Amino acid sequence: MGKQKAHIQFVLNGETAEVAFAPHKTLLEVLREDLGLMGTKHGCELGECGTCTVLVNGRSILSCLMLGLDAEGQDVKSIEGMANGSQLHPLQETFADTGAAQCGYCSPGFLLVAEELLKKNPNPNRETIKEALSGNLCRCTGYIKIYEAVELAAARMRGEEMELPRASVYGLE
Amino acid sequence: MMRLPKFEYRVPRTIAEAVKIVGDVGPTAQFVAGGTDLYPNMKRRQQTPRTVISVMRVPELNQITGDGKSGVRIGASVTLTDIVEHPLINRDYPVIAYAARTISTPILRNMGTIGGNLLLDTRCNYYDQNYEWRKGINFCLKKDGDVCWVAPGSSKCWAVQSSDLVPVMVAIGAKFRLASTLGERMIDAAGFYNDDGIDYLKKRPDELLVDIHLPPTNGWRASYQKLRRRGAFDFPVLGVAAYIKFENGRANGERTVRDAKIVLGGIAPSPIQIAEASAALIGHAFDDEYIQAAAEAAYVKARPLDNTDFVMNWRKQMARQYTLRALRALAVSD
Repeated sequence: MGKQKAHIQFVLNGETAEVAFAPHKTLLEVLREDLGLMGTKHGCELGECGTCTVLVNGRSILSCLMLGLDAEGQDVKSIEGMANGSQLHPLQETFADTGAAQCGYCSPGFLLVAEELLKKNPNPNRETIKEALSGNLCRCTGYIKIYEAVELAAARMRGEEMELPRASVYGLE
Repeated sequence: MMRLPKFEYRVPRTIAEAVKIVGDVGPTAQFVAGGTDLYPNMKRRQQTPRTVISVMRVPELNQITGDGKSGVRIGASVTLTDIVEHPLINRDYPVIAYAARTISTPILRNMGTIGGNLLLDTRCNYYDQNYEWRKGINFCLKKDGDVCWVAPGSSKCWAVQSSDLVPVMVAIGAKFRLASTLGERMIDAAGFYNDDGIDYLKKRPDELLVDIHLPPTNGWRASYQKLRRRGAFDFPVLGVAAYIKFENGRANGERTVRDAKIVLGGIAPSPIQIAEASAALIGHAFDDEYIQAAAEAAYVKARPLDNTDFVMNWRKQMARQYTLRALRALAVSD
């Protein structure tokens, strides 16, 4: 038991990936340790912070609570697959533009959950965004700039202009 | 870093295969669905099964069938997100959709299942800690120790029933179907939970929870109110499910309560039915005088212990407030 490595194939960020790993490893451990992808972060390891979020078949899940074995044959997207080559995803751009990332440790999880949300709902209001992102903790920037980044990206993706409040861009008016 | 302990992983495709594996391996095997309860517990060595059997690839466990007229069956492996978003559940059983939506977070609801929530391990401040922390207090009665730190004189474990759906299922009279190599049986939600934090289920380890049977929606209504510190993530430290059914027709323009149930979760090892609250409501008009009497009965009967978030006396007082809210929510939606 546990001596033999598991060997699976799955789609990772649009490409077929093949990997061998100890069978009791979580998908988070497989991504970081066996595939060398460090974008998915280790946080609480217990499902209480959201920073290890990846998308499996388009749905956000916590990679610290999913076995690597269960990824077999699935379509997994980690933060490394969010940009299109050198072209950042609109959410990545607005997170940078609005200062929605400070230390950045929570950003991969927030970005992927926000991407999932905007795919389902291209025009979410603030309450919808809050609920969708309620499984992700940020301990430095606070949540306002993150909500604004999502609203700005949503507007840009709809082809609309949007201005952020002056207070957000310049601090207190 | 907290890693999972080593274990053998099995992924059966049928109910028969699943119950055969658990029957063959015995009590060192455990079922897993979404993994959001079991895997954190395994990382902290609270639970250490040698064989883990996933029930996520059994098609029969992944279905929702029926409607409000005939009753609905929900497979045990249906995710909480699928319940929250299901049009028929929202239309015919809004209390289930609402209670499911208060569970944890959207990401965890994408993984966690209705079966897992109904079988959720009991929780306690002295138990839901990592191995070193628990070792530091010489462990506790529920796992690896012999003293209950909540009630050191007690021979019983006082870990808390912490599911949001359990009080609702008890209140509306849902039934659960269990399968094993010996056959199947149906059990009422109301008789499924023991008032013991260790032996908290009537389900034997070799039994698989197959599906949940919701009763037809013939005239009853139900609501749920949850107390927790944050608006997401947190388990309930008090949950109140209220259920009301009226007599047909009206007397003096008022509807008379034929049946009523108040069920409290998050305050004891099992859900607690407040018979005195039912007695206060049944046979009367559904007005605030009787609602207040029912809430008072819930307050008197609620005896939370000091083993979750928030001060226990305040949680006891909140039993009155949350029962009021749960019942008043049913009064306004006439």
